[in-house]
Parts: sequence; structure tokens; C-alpha cells
Amino acid sequence: MSAKFIVGYDGSEASRRALDFAVGRVKLQGGTVVLVHVLEWSPYSFLSPSELEERHKRRTEELERAEKALVAPVLEKVRADGVEAESKIRYGHIAETICKIAEEMGAVQIVIGRNGHTRLGSRIFGSVAGHLAQAAPVPCTIVP
Amino acid sequence: MTRNAIPAAFAAMAALAALIFSGVPARAQSIDETVNQIFADSTGWFVSFIFASIPGTSIAWIVLWLVVAASVFTVYFGFIQFRVIGHSLALVSGKYSDPDDAGEVSHFQALATALSGTVGLGNIAGVAVAVSIGGAGATFWMILAGLLGMASKFTECTLGVKYRNEYPDGRVSGGPMYYLTKGFAERGLPGGKFLAVLFSIFCVLGALGGGNMFQANQAHQQLTGVFGEYPGWITGIVFAGIVFAVIVGGIKSIARVTEKVVPFMGVLYVGTALVIILMNVDMVGAAFGQIFNGAFTGNGIVGGMVGALIQGFRRAAFSNEAGVGSAAIAHSAVRTKEPITEGFVSLLEPFIDTVVICTMTALVIIITGQLVTDPETGLYVINEAGQVTTATGASGVGLTSAAFESTFSWFPYILVVAVVLFAFSTMLSWSYYGLKAWTFMFGEGQAQELTFKTIFCIFIVIGAAASLGPVIDFSDAAIFAMAVVNIAGLYFLMPIVKRELESYLSRLRSGEIKRFK
Repeated sequence: MSAKFIVGYDGSEASRRALDFAVGRVKLQGGTVVLVHVLEWSPYSFLSPSELEERHKRRTEELERAEKALVAPVLEKVRADGVEAESKIRYGHIAETICKIAEEMGAVQIVIGRNGHTRLGSRIFGSVAGHLAQAAPVPCTIVP
Repeated sequence: MTRNAIPAAFAAMAALAALIFSGVPARAQSIDETVNQIFADSTGWFVSFIFASIPGTSIAWIVLWLVVAASVFTVYFGFIQFRVIGHSLALVSGKYSDPDDAGEVSHFQALATALSGTVGLGNIAGVAVAVSIGGAGATFWMILAGLLGMASKFTECTLGVKYRNEYPDGRVSGGPMYYLTKGFAERGLPGGKFLAVLFSIFCVLGALGGGNMFQANQAHQQLTGVFGEYPGWITGIVFAGIVFAVIVGGIKSIARVTEKVVPFMGVLYVGTALVIILMNVDMVGAAFGQIFNGAFTGNGIVGGMVGALIQGFRRAAFSNEAGVGSAAIAHSAVRTKEPITEGFVSLLEPFIDTVVICTMTALVIIITGQLVTDPETGLYVINEAGQVTTATGASGVGLTSAAFESTFSWFPYILVVAVVLFAFSTMLSWSYYGLKAWTFMFGEGQAQELTFKTIFCIFIVIGAAASLGPVIDFSDAAIFAMAVVNIAGLYFLMPIVKRELESYLSRLRSGEIKRFK
């Protein structure tokens, strides 16, 4: 079983840097890059009746869009680079979901970027990087 | 009926007087009066039919219909509302939800959306109407109706999920019109389609009545209570404009803001009620004494014990909509393989709505001494309209406002925001229910939808302009007419629910149904 490197990927500049870093590691020591894209979602949010009606349809569309526009092109590029890669798209709380996937897959490392929030911003909204640093089940690299 | 006749007669007399004395044509009467008169005249027959008494008694047949149904479901499903509460809470908190279904409609979301359609003015204004006509004793019957209603809600919401429509494009919609059609067909019974269409007609009327005019009316009453008198049609036009922008213009941001603020207002309302109750905790015992005593004696209200019972059941049904069928529409979009689970979740709705929130409103009104009693006899002082005299003379939402104001002088300002937002969110929910019934009858399509939405907005103006009596009577009548059809259907379909229930409970016991968390 090859070592799995989980990369939190949302298409942002920071997540690209994280991906580059992970690709670099895999090239050196071998393994697989696992691109994880999490669609932020809480089962306790409020929706209107018409949103309930369309939820299943929207979810299908959102997954499709994430796959096609965001994940697939990058996955292809990484593979073209000669690196083994796979992807996972999930709904949920970003940091918690990344931790869960890392556990499920027995990953060796989590690599994420950071957005460089201000101190106040991350105090209020919480930061994915901060949460992962605290809760990750495997070593976690935060790429600046 | 008298409440209905008085404003209509008054409006007619005012018009006549205007004609005779000044020679000014009838259009000189205010827009509000004209609207009220036309409305009262044209809906009177429907209201009298729905609220007709059983010959020889003073009990409206419709009230008996709801109570009997709720009791039948309660017994038939073996007091389901008390057996599964723990499991219901586990379902809502997501302990049985498959993590792979993240991003789909959760039990919590279906319940929250259904609740935002039911928790609203019924809990604030409806309760005030109940105790001002039926005395404190009406509260007892309201609570009982809430507890029994949990079984009705369980039945209809299970069927709503089981027979929902899942369209090829992934949309999901359900409700009584679908389970009446498909469920009857499955059992080989005739008349399902007929009942479904009948239900849809009443659902459209209910959406325009209780889901719309009553809301606009009470929102206007609260606004004038705080800002002074001004014509109702102005409130109506403003409300109609905003609702139109959301449901026709698709301006989601307004709806989204409402969704965020409404739960907050709900918490604030319940929290304040709780504070007032705790501040007067020594009076709670006496208040419950009044509630129990009044429930069986009436304490001097018109109609005695039966009067209290009718008011209690009427307002409970209007508030929690158990047996009405509307909630089945909201609950049916949940993601689950087991329809019965949504039934378990939905039975929490009448509990939260009626047993908790309505009771709190009633307690605040009672312990702040809004209902005037004769110090010698201990009986209520009844005014010429046949209602209990209130300390400030207010009725409807005004009475609730006065009760809260007597402890917190700033509360009417909070309440006016709460009432407007509750009214607005209930209107949005009911515009959806009404629309589903409308498209069931007339087919889906842009033109059909726009027609209904336009009618819906026009009725907001009528509701705000008309006086409370005719509006509340018509609103109740339309909502109860839905219950007539829905419950008739539920009697035939309840064996299906029973089968689902037994199968599910045995699989739950055997461990076949797993917890994920």
C-alpha cells in the first residue's frame, strides 16, 4: 500500500501551493496524492420549502460541478506529471471531514494551504488550518 | 357567527348612513371598510358550514372531527407519541443518518422548515384569541389537543414521505394530494383522485386564509398598536410587494435573511416568556389552577366548559396544523429510506408548537392578570361581545403584547418585529403549500405558478385591510376544510402506516437499523 498524502483542495492559490508541496514529497519518496474537496455543509442549517424540494437536485449538480470544474482538471495535471493521484468530494465541516478521510484511508500526512486570515477573522470564523493543527489524526503540514 | 355578522352589519350601516346623510356615494367609505364588507359577505356561507353545530348541541362538528381523529390515531398506534420521543430526538440529531447522505435534506432541516411554517402568529395571537374567548381553561384543552395531535402529524407525515413524487431531474415533492392519489390506488380504493383535488382546493383557500390573510391582519394590528392607527391596505401593499419580490422575483436574499432571523426571534420570544414566568414563579401554581379549573367549569365564559374546549381545540389545530396535511408537504423532502422516521420526527412539531410555546403565551397572559375576573365571584367579567374583558381592552396579538408589556415595557417593539417576521415566514411557507396544491390541479408551468402567486399577493392586501372577525373565521374555516379531506383519507391509509411502524420497530429492536454515531 502506497503512502497517501491528503491534500485539502478548494481551487484557491493557497491550496495550489499545498498541492505542489505534496506532489514534490510524493516524487521524492513515492506514494499517492489524494485530492480532497469539501463542500461546506451543515445538516442543522435552515432551508425554505422550495430549497428542500430542490436539495437533491442541487446536490447532484454541485457534486458534478466540483468534479468537472475543480477536481478533474487538476487530477489530470498531477497524473500527467507522473504522480499517482485520486480524489474525494464530500459534504460537511471542512476540517472534520478531512480528518475523517485521513483516518479512513490510513493517510500518512495531511497537507493544506492557509489563507492568511487576520487574527480577528480566524477568532470569529475559526480557521481550517488551526482546527486541523489541533485535531488531525496524522501529521499535518500547513503550507504558507 | 355573531363576530362575523357584527362588523359586516356595521360596515353596511356605515355605508347606508353615508348615502343617506351626505348624499356622498358609497365609495366615500374607507377602502378598508369596503374590503371588509365584501369579504365578510362573500365568505360567510363557507364559514357557517364549517362551523355548524351538531344539531341539538353547541359543539361544532369540525372540532369533534379533529379530536376524534387525533384520539383514534393515538389509540390505533398505541400512544406512539409517548413511546418514541427518545428515538425521535436521536433521529433529529442525526445519530441514524448515513454520513454518505451529507448534503441531502436532513431530518433536522425538514423539521425546522415545517416548524417555521407552523410556529408563528398562531402561537402569539391565536392563543390570545383562545383565552379571551374561552378563558384560561382553553389552555388545558389546547395542550391536550397538542398531545393528541402528535399522532395525527405522525400519520400524515409518514404517508407524505412514502408517497412523495421524485422527479427525473431530482426534485422531490409530496403531500396529501400525492398520498391520497397513490395510497388509495395501492389499496384498490376508489375516490383517491377526487379527495386529492378536493384537498388541493381547500389547501389553496387555507394558504390564502390562515397562511396569508390572518398573518397580514395580525401583523397590521401589531404595527398600528405600536405606531398608531393607519389604514390596513398600506401594510398590505408593503407586505405584498416584499412577498411578490421573493416568490415571483426570486429574490432569495430576503428569504434567506428571514430564515436566519426567525429562529432567533422564536428563541427570544420563548426566552422572554420564560423570564416572565420565572419572575412570577409563585403564581405559576395558581395559573395552572385556573387552567384546570376553567377547563371543566369555564369560570363564567360564554358556553362554559364546552366553550373553553372548543376554543382550545380550535386554536391548537390552527396553530400546530396536525391533521390539516400542510406539514406533510414540508416534511416529505427529507432524505431517508424509511418514511416512518420522518413520522417520528414530525410528531415533535405539535409538541414544540402547542405544548411548549402556546402554553407559555397562555401562562404569560394569565399570570400578568390580563383576564379580568370579578373579585367576589371569581368568575370572568364578560363584555358585550361575549369575550372575557381584558385589562387593557386588547384582543388578538394586542393582548399578548399587553401581557408582555406589563413586565417589560420595551417588549412591544420586539414583538412587532417578531410578528412581522413570523407573519412573513409563515406566508412564504404557505405560498409554497398553496402553490403545490395549485400546480397539482392545474399542472406545472410558469403561467400557472404566476397566476397563483399573484392571487396570493392580492389576498395579503385584503387580509391586512379586513377586520379580525371575518378574517379569522375564514382562515379557520379554510384550514379545517383541509383537515376534513385529509383526515378522511388518513383513516383509509392508516393500516399502511401501521405496517411500516411494526416493521421498522422490529428491525430497530433486532439491530438491523444501525446507528451511525
